[in-house]
Parts: sequence; C-alpha cells; structure tokens
Amino acid sequence: MTAYIGKRLLAAIPVILGLSIIVFLVMKLIPGDPAQALLGSYATPENVERINRALGLDRSWPEQYVIWIGNLLQGDFGRSYILNRPVIDEVLERFSATLILAGASLVICSVLGILAGIVSAVRQFGWTDRIVTFFVLIGISMPAFFLGLVFILFFAVEWRLLPASGMYAVYGGGDLPDLLRHLILPAGTLAIVATGVVARLTRAAMLEVLRQDFIRTARAKGLTENVVIYRHAFRAALVSIIPVLGIQAGFVLGGAVYIETVFQWPGLGQMLVKAVSTRDLLLVQGGVLVAATVYVLVNLLADVAQAMLDPRLKA
Amino acid sequence: MGLAPLMVATALALVAPASAQTPPNVLVVGQIAEPASLDPHVSTAANDFRIAMNIYDGLVRNKQGTLEIEPALATDWTISDDGLEYTFNLREGVTFHDGSPFNAEAVKFNFDRMLDENHPFADTGPFPLAFFFSSVENVEVVDDLTVKFTLNEPFAPFMSNLASATGLIVSPAAVEKYGADYGRHPVGTGPFKFEEWQSNTSVVTSRNDDYWDGAPSLEAVIYRPITDANTRVAEMLSGGIDVLLETPPDNVAQFRDDANFEVVEAVGPHVWYVMLNAKEGPFADVRVRQAVNYAVNKESLVNDVLQGTAEVSAGPIPPAFNWAYNEDVDPYPYDPEMAKKLLAEAGAEGASLTFYVTEGGSGMLDPVPMGTAIQADLAAVGLDVEIETYEWNTFLSEVNPGLEGKADMAEMAWMTSDPDTLPFLTLRTAAWPEDGGFNSSYYSNPEVDDLLDQARVSTDPDERADLYKQVQEIAHEDAPWLFVANWKQNAVVTDAVEDFQLQPDFSLVLRDVSKQ
Repeated sequence: MTAYIGKRLLAAIPVILGLSIIVFLVMKLIPGDPAQALLGSYATPENVERINRALGLDRSWPEQYVIWIGNLLQGDFGRSYILNRPVIDEVLERFSATLILAGASLVICSVLGILAGIVSAVRQFGWTDRIVTFFVLIGISMPAFFLGLVFILFFAVEWRLLPASGMYAVYGGGDLPDLLRHLILPAGTLAIVATGVVARLTRAAMLEVLRQDFIRTARAKGLTENVVIYRHAFRAALVSIIPVLGIQAGFVLGGAVYIETVFQWPGLGQMLVKAVSTRDLLLVQGGVLVAATVYVLVNLLADVAQAMLDPRLKA
Repeated sequence: MGLAPLMVATALALVAPASAQTPPNVLVVGQIAEPASLDPHVSTAANDFRIAMNIYDGLVRNKQGTLEIEPALATDWTISDDGLEYTFNLREGVTFHDGSPFNAEAVKFNFDRMLDENHPFADTGPFPLAFFFSSVENVEVVDDLTVKFTLNEPFAPFMSNLASATGLIVSPAAVEKYGADYGRHPVGTGPFKFEEWQSNTSVVTSRNDDYWDGAPSLEAVIYRPITDANTRVAEMLSGGIDVLLETPPDNVAQFRDDANFEVVEAVGPHVWYVMLNAKEGPFADVRVRQAVNYAVNKESLVNDVLQGTAEVSAGPIPPAFNWAYNEDVDPYPYDPEMAKKLLAEAGAEGASLTFYVTEGGSGMLDPVPMGTAIQADLAAVGLDVEIETYEWNTFLSEVNPGLEGKADMAEMAWMTSDPDTLPFLTLRTAAWPEDGGFNSSYYSNPEVDDLLDQARVSTDPDERADLYKQVQEIAHEDAPWLFVANWKQNAVVTDAVEDFQLQPDFSLVLRDVSKQ
C-alpha cells in the first residue's frame, strides 16, 4: 500500500508541473498584463514598460518561468503583483477558507445523501422514495448560484436569520459559532447538487446489494432488519459509494468558485477569478498549483479508501 | 435516530441570535472589492483610495463636495511667477499615527521614494501613478516646516494631483519599518488610524483623537469587501452594512422608496463616450460624426438603460469641473431626421461600421446594453453597425494602440482629477497612439492643440477656465466622439447615518460623518 501511494504521489509531480506550464503560457498568451490592469486608462506604452520593468516582467518568458520554479524549489512562491503580498500567504489563507466550505458541504452531502439513498432504496417505490427522488431531481437540476441567491433573499434579507455573506462578522465575531452561522447558507447551497448525486448513487448501490444472496442469507438467519441493512448491505454498498464521494469532493472544490462569489466567501476560487482578470500571474500559478495538488491528494485518498474496503482492488 | 433532534437543536442555536445590527458609532462600509494596498502611492484603485483618504492627508485637499483646492498639511503656499517653484509652509505640531513627526523631511521622503529609482525605499513600489508628478525636478527641505518643489516645466494640474490619493503623505518611519509590506501596515496623519486588516473580511480603522482638524465623531470605520453587487445589496437590506457603495442601477429605486434608507448622489469627473475613427472610413467626415451624435437618444440611454444614474454629456470636459465647464455648450439633441440629412449630404447612407464594445471595466457603467442601444439607434438612421465584444484588458490592448484598420467606433470612459487630463491625453494631435497618447481615434485640430498647451502652463485659474471652455466649444462642433454620459456616483446609507456626502473625485471623506 505504501509503495502504491508513493508511486501515485510521484506520478502527480509531472502533472502539476505540466499544469503550471500551461497556466503560465495561457496567462502570457491572453492579451493584457498586470501593468495594464494596474494602470487601467493610464496604460500608455511608456507607463506599461516602466511598471513591467519594476515587476521583472520585461524578461523573456522562459527566464520568468525558470526564475519562478527556482524560487519555488526554495519554498518561495513570489509576491503577488497586484496585492503586493507574498503569494503563499494569500493562497494559504484563501485555501483554508475554501477547505472549510468544501469540507462542510462534503460532510452535508455525504450524511444527507447516504441517508436519503438508503431510506429510498429500502422503501423502493414507497412515498419516502418518491419524495426523496423528487428533491434529488430538484437539487440536481437547479443552478446552485440561483439557489444561493434565493436563500440569501429569504434567510438573510426577509427573515434576518443568517448573515448574507462573509466568513466572520466584522465586529465581535470570529469564534466557532460565528463561523458556523456564516457557513450554513454557502455550504448548504454548495452541497445541494452533490447531495442529489450521492443519494441517487447510494440508492442504486443499495438496491443492487439488497438483491444479492448474502442478504437473503442474513435475513434467513433471523437478523434484525436494521442489522441487515446497515451492517451488511450498506457495508457492501460502500465500496461503490466511496469513489462517488471522491468525485463529489472534487466537484464541491470546483463548485466553490460560484458559491464563493455569491456568498462573498473569501476562498481560493474567488481569489483566482480576480487574479486572472488582473493578470496576476504568480498568484494564479500559486493558486492553481495548490488547488491541483489537493485535487490529486483527494483522489488518491478516495482510491486508497476504496482499496482498503475492497481487497480485490489491492493488486 | 437521535441525529435529527440534535441537528435541529444545533441549527436553532446558530440561527437564534438574529443577525446583529452594526454597533452604534461604528460605520460599516460595504466596499466593491478587497483593497490591493493601503499604500496610496502603490495603489491605483478608487476602491483603495476610499480607505486611504481617511487614514492619510495630503499637502492640500479638495474642499468637501467640490474640486477646489484648500489647505491640509500645508497651511499656505507660494508659486513663483514662472510657474516652476512651489513653496509650501507646513502645519506645525502634526504627528503620524506611529508618533513620528510630520515635517519637510517627511514630504521629501514621500516624493523621492516615488520619483527616484535610486531611493533606498524605491523597491517598496512599483508606483504606477508616480507620473502624476513626473514634472517634479526636485523636492528641497528649506527648513523643518518649509518645503520647495521645483518643476522642469510649468504644469497647471500639479495642485490637483497633490490633492489626489497619489499625493497623500505616508509615514517614512513606517515605510522603513515594514518595507515592501508597508501597504498592509499603513500609517498616516488622517482622521482615522489603521487598526487591522483581516484579509477578505475587513479593514478596521479607529478615531484619531489627536487629529489636527478636530477628532471625528465616529469611533471606528470598518470597510468590508463585497464584490458581488447583488450580495452587497442583500447585506444592506439585511443590516450587515451602513453604507452601500456603487448601487446597481436596478436597485436604486428600491432604496429610494424605502424610508429606512437614503440614496446619496453626486456628480463625478467622469465621461463615457464612443471614440470615432477620424483617420479613415465614414467618420473621417465631420458630418457623419455629427450625425451619430444626433442619431443616438442619450436621454433614453441614461434614463432607461442606466436608470437615471448618469446625465447626458455635452463634450469632453465633465460638469464636475464646474470652474472649467462651459455651461453654454448644450448636448446634441436627439434628432434622427437631422442625422439622416447629414448622412445623405456626406454620402454615408447605409455605411457599415465596426464598433468595439467591452464587457465591463473601470467606469464603463453598463457597456454591453449601452452598446446595443447605440447600435439600434444608428440602425434607425440606416447605419449598419456590427458589434465586437471584448473583455476589458483585451479591449484596452486592442483600442489603446489605435483603431486604424480595425474599427470605426470604440467605447471608452475616464475618471480624472483635473480638467486637463482627459483632453490632453485623448484629443491632441501629439497624443496619437504612436506618440504614446490615448488619441486612438486620431482627432486633430491645431486650435485645440494650442489651447490645451496654453492651459497646461497657465497658473491663473480664470485664464485656464477660459481656455477649457473654448476647447469644449470646438470639440463639440468637431464631434471627435459620440458624447454620451457623465456618471452620477451613488451610495445608499441607513437612516442612522448623518452628514454623509459623496465627493466629486470619487473618494470617501468620513471625518464629518456621524451615526446614532
């Protein structure tokens, strides 16, 4: 298992490096540079050149890239051109916010999705199943940013129950309950689509398992229905549910971009959108690098978990 | 299942303390973005300047609600007859928030850091707008409270530039202490002291009890970045902020009708126009340029598309520069018949035109719907306009090098601190793109060139005003642009906020504001 993990991690390095080259090239090929973004209307060729010189952007592309990689190997991600702040500080701060948001919605979608899936599989075609299927369909078909706005309208503006945006209150907040209050709407919105997917696949996996012989055997042995469903059937179904959760983890990380914008959640997605529009190359590269690394790790984790549950995959 | 009651209990516990209102005497401002830097010499964004203007002072400042210069850190000044030497007497007994003294040395440090590449703290930049002061040859300490600027050429906008955010004075001791990180640890002499900057959450400032112009009434001001306009509106409605900046046009009416809020408006030195390629194609003929000015219904643009958040513009100098604005020049009226007549005279009926439109950008208001409305109005007089849309940075890199061979029309907007800036950079013959200016549509009139050159060196405000009024008249007649709109800035405040006023230079001055 350790060799497998090591091999997978090593394989990730060229992927991440390649990604950084692609990001670097794309950012270079799209028109406009940080100097232009900084200067806006005042971007005369002369001013642009002066700023580019000050930012070290007058060097050749390969030179800039090599300098960046060289610094990176020494743990230096460089300074953001626009924010004039170490990239690593900004990226880590932002990324921890994204992880909190994505983590919370992953928990929500796993717990609710799996519960809903099991219930609807056990009572197939019953009214619970119908209700669950109905909500799953709504969850899957409704754009999350739209739902986000609807939630803000009711929970924050109309009923004033929850804050409309941000991660902490700007005064007197900053503790865990404050964070949780701010987390409910964005994490809930982000989890909706994923919950639908998880519920659907859990239902399918459970139905599949419930038809198998060992379940009939378990029932024949006189085990209670709860034990049959949760200890035997669910355990077997988990093998096909875990990879789905892995994919959903990637999905919520990606979906966080919209949600972060709607709810003003100070995460990486929101940062990247802004950094791209201001051509803040080092910040974009740093952000993408960290996001890609985590994406790779999450997938690895899902694969490892699956391998541990299903010995047949270990080979 | 013990889980459900537990979840309900948790949910109730979290929801129960209903969204707290903002505390009394603390003003929470909903900003349009996270600031990039609170070093006013490094930053270029109006968003950052709104904070900086309350932490720092300049040598001079704009009088509340106007663009007229009044003393600030300098109590008075003299200008030599040749317009090359500006000598300032500095205010006595002023200290920066870190306790270091404000004096002539500090002023010299500020400008040398921006202008001299060999200054020991030049690497705390870059200083994108330092060219505002590129005419400064040197800054000299005459004595502790007297400082003299020598210019290499007479430059009338110098005082306006000193009053802009780029002219604010930072604490040299703090720059020395924090180096490149100074932008996150700002220290000035202004009415509010910087307390903390929680990334992407808030910038907190507190009252400077020793402020030379009298301590402000507010205990603290908190700036919250909320980039999404809908979310900003939702925060205002749910009580999370006291001041909402840059309300989307669609929401202004909603706040106007609600007694709990007040909508504050002010003109801004802003011009939204469409440049017309005078070098080639139909717009080389002045009659065609005039025709489009008659053909477009600007009243409808500002009232329907922009929902009354702008006013119809008459020429290149916005009315916010009231002292230099020519009241006698009226906007072109909406007259499609006149437009058709001029087009027929010029033989340009049915011409095909390419129109560059941007998706968004600083000061561009609602560029796509505005572009489409203009296209429809021009179609009504028989002009076939094809729109090409670009993202803002791409748009600038297409338009700034000049429209030749590419397009006939392009949208543009400017916000400036002096009436000189816009015509000087966009209307002179010497400002064609190949000469490094922004005259991307190749307008050229020797008379205008001459007037602008004179206005730039004149230090007599009345004479300058007269010259700009003449420029306005000629430009209106020559119609190098389709003149469209001057933006009215707006903000919404709750009824607890008093004496809130918007400034014509788009900055935010909170020293006189109070809150119940």
